[in-house]
Parts: sequence; structure tokens; C-alpha cells
Amino acid sequence: MKSKLLSAKEAVEKVKDGDAIMVGGFLAGGHPEHLVNALLETNSAKDLTVISNDTGTKDLSIFQLVKSGRVKRIFASYIGSNPETGRLMMSGEAEVKLFPQGTLAEKIRSGGAGLGGVLTPVGLGTIVEEGKEKLEIQGKEYLLEMPLKANVAFIKADKADEAGNLIIRGSSRNFNIVMATAADYVIAEVNEIVPIGEIEPNHVNVPGVLVNAIVKVG
Amino acid sequence: MDKRELIAKRIAKELKDGDVVNLGIGMPTMVANYIPEDVHVMLEAENGIMGVGPNASQEEESLNCIDAGGNYVTTVKGASYFDSAFSFSLIRGGHVDVTVLGALEVDEEGNVANWMIPGKKVPGMGGAMDLVVGAKKVILAMEHVSKNGAPKILRRCRLPLTATKVAKTIVTDMAVIDVVPNKGLVLKEIAPGFTLEDVQNQTEAHLIVSPNLKVMEV
Repeated sequence: MKSKLLSAKEAVEKVKDGDAIMVGGFLAGGHPEHLVNALLETNSAKDLTVISNDTGTKDLSIFQLVKSGRVKRIFASYIGSNPETGRLMMSGEAEVKLFPQGTLAEKIRSGGAGLGGVLTPVGLGTIVEEGKEKLEIQGKEYLLEMPLKANVAFIKADKADEAGNLIIRGSSRNFNIVMATAADYVIAEVNEIVPIGEIEPNHVNVPGVLVNAIVKVG
Repeated sequence: MDKRELIAKRIAKELKDGDVVNLGIGMPTMVANYIPEDVHVMLEAENGIMGVGPNASQEEESLNCIDAGGNYVTTVKGASYFDSAFSFSLIRGGHVDVTVLGALEVDEEGNVANWMIPGKKVPGMGGAMDLVVGAKKVILAMEHVSKNGAPKILRRCRLPLTATKVAKTIVTDMAVIDVVPNKGLVLKEIAPGFTLEDVQNQTEAHLIVSPNLKVMEV
């Protein structure tokens, strides 16, 4: 089997002009800082779509990515922590689409799970419903939210084995698990790599079959 | 007593033993400081923790244990972690008993606006829309009027909504008000130092005075 262990530079070469990339994390928790940095420093792909819960905070590499002029679209739930995303939205330099956080998670989950979308009551009666189909199911109204997929996902884990099985600790699971299902190429940034068999199957948060590249940091 | 402290203390009395509770950022988070000792609740953080404990000490700080405001926290005994898709399944699925959030506006139907001011501030809704739609009980923690003295409890919300017909109880520095479906806003308690006239004068919405009207106790 071809080794999944790559340098950050090698792994992010996958990102091409016009790609959609998912970036895991919730604020600084579980954010793949080094992968985003490598994308900034070693890859010049532009016209990117970034899918992220919050587009990070000022001291994270994703802030610099948003600021780099290489991002033309952003899908997020909360951008109050990244004023640059707000600025791009107001000026129209990038198209910023905001979704309720649970809806964003479900759009990604349905993208990765082979579903045609999800029906949620969240957003009904608000501007979130604009342009979306409404369906009545068993007497209740729902909004149809379409699935979301990406070309590449950057996710962060604590530990990987060489097959890519991941352990993600604590509240860092956030969007990192669901994003691993919804991209053509999944890169995991990890703190530690161990041989296959060293991770107890009960402890695996993301099965290695979903992970294409493992990048060790630190 | 400080206004915010008063509001947080009064809301703490609304929580029941065994409740699963999600506290929003800011004043709602202060509620945790005033929960009576004999009332055990599980605090949920929508980024993936059930059983949030006190803030972490400097030695305990870990990016794998943050709350939805990005604060370093600890967990209580019996806590668990999960990813964002699961977290919002809990929230939308009715497994959260109480959510406490701030609001910019609320109205006679229980419609809530708390996520954007067009042209000024568009931080995104984060998890707020999912929480107010999914939680069994929505308590709003808000100052009775805005910084420039304008009423925030209105006949009809003017700002873009977070959700329709979701607020159950409104706790302010002047009053405790219940939203009763098909009826309106029922004034239940008035904070010490205010009269009924004071409260109505600072409220655009029509208030129905409860026959059991009493002084707010904290």
C-alpha cells in the first residue's frame, strides 16, 4: 500500500484553482493550522471556496487565507471572530453564505453520506429560507438544504496510525469528523503517528479509509 | 446589584434538577455561577461537550476543551464529547431542555431577533437558530431597553429574525415576562425599585399583567 505519510507541502499540492476546500475546527479548537499555512506558502491556487464553521480568529492561518485574495466564496456559520470575512462580505470581494451551524454540519454530512440534502425546521420564517424549497412532511414544514461537498478537506487530529485511522480529542472533533466524509481528498494534520495496529479500534474517531494523506506536525 | 448579575441570578432559578442546558455567550454564561447547589444540570456546549465545568486554570488549558465562546473550560464528572453533527442532532432533536440566549429584540408572538443588524453587524447566526428552534424552553436574557434607551420588547420585531414563535420566558433587569401562545406577553414579576407603569413605559409591546404579579426575587 502506498504510504499516506506526506509533508504538508506535498499534501496541499492537491488543491487547484477553483477548488472547494473544507477546513475543520471551531475557532482555534481542532483547526489544521499547519495545512492552511502550507497552502498559503507553497501553493498558489486561487478562486477558492472555503467551507469552515467560523473562518477562525485573527491569530490563525485561516485568517491569512481569507485575507490573501485567493478566496472567492466562503460558506460558514459564524464569522464574528474573523473581521476579514465580514469585510469581504460587505465589500462584495467574496461571496459569503451563512448557514445555521447545525444546518452547515448537516449539509456536509449529507454530502458525505450520499443523501440528496436534509430537511430542517431551522431557518423557517427567517432570511435563511430565501430561495430554498419548503416541504410539508407529516403536517410540519421544513426547509430543504442541499448537500455540500469539497475537492479537498483539511482536518486536524491528535493521533493517526499509518493507515490514517484518527483519534481526535475532546471538543476538537467538531467539524473534523463530518468533513472527512465529504471531500474527494482528505488531509489530516496530526500531532503523532503510530504503526498500524497501535490504535485500539474502539478509539478510532475517523476510519483510515477516509483519509488520503497524513501530515505530522511538531 | 449589577443589571447583568440580577438577570443571570433570576434565570438560574428557572433551571430544574436534571435539565440539559445550553448557555449562550456573554450574560447567559454568567447563569452558571448562580445555579443552586441542589440543582444539578448538564451544561451543553454546541461545539461538542455535554457536561461543561468551570473555566480551566492556566495549567489545565487545552485547545481540546473549549466552549462555544472559545474559552478554555473543564468538564464535570460524567461529561462526554461529540462532533458538531451529533451536537446539533441533540439540539434540534429536542434533547436540550433549556437554552438561554441574549436578544436584540423580542415581540408579542415570541419572535426573536439576535443575530444581525443589516449594514452594520453581520457576525452570523452560529448555533442560535438551531438552539431556539430545537430546545424545549427558550429563555431570553436581555436588558429591558437598548443602550440608547429604546425598547427591545416590541409589538413586532424589526430586525431580521432568528426564529419565529420560540421565546418562552424573557428575563430583564426590570421584569420577568412569559410568552403565552395566542395570547401575548404576560408580566409575572417586576424587579425591586420599579412600578408597573415604569415597566410598561419601557416596553413597546402590550403587557398582560398576571393576576399573580409579584416582585422579582433573586
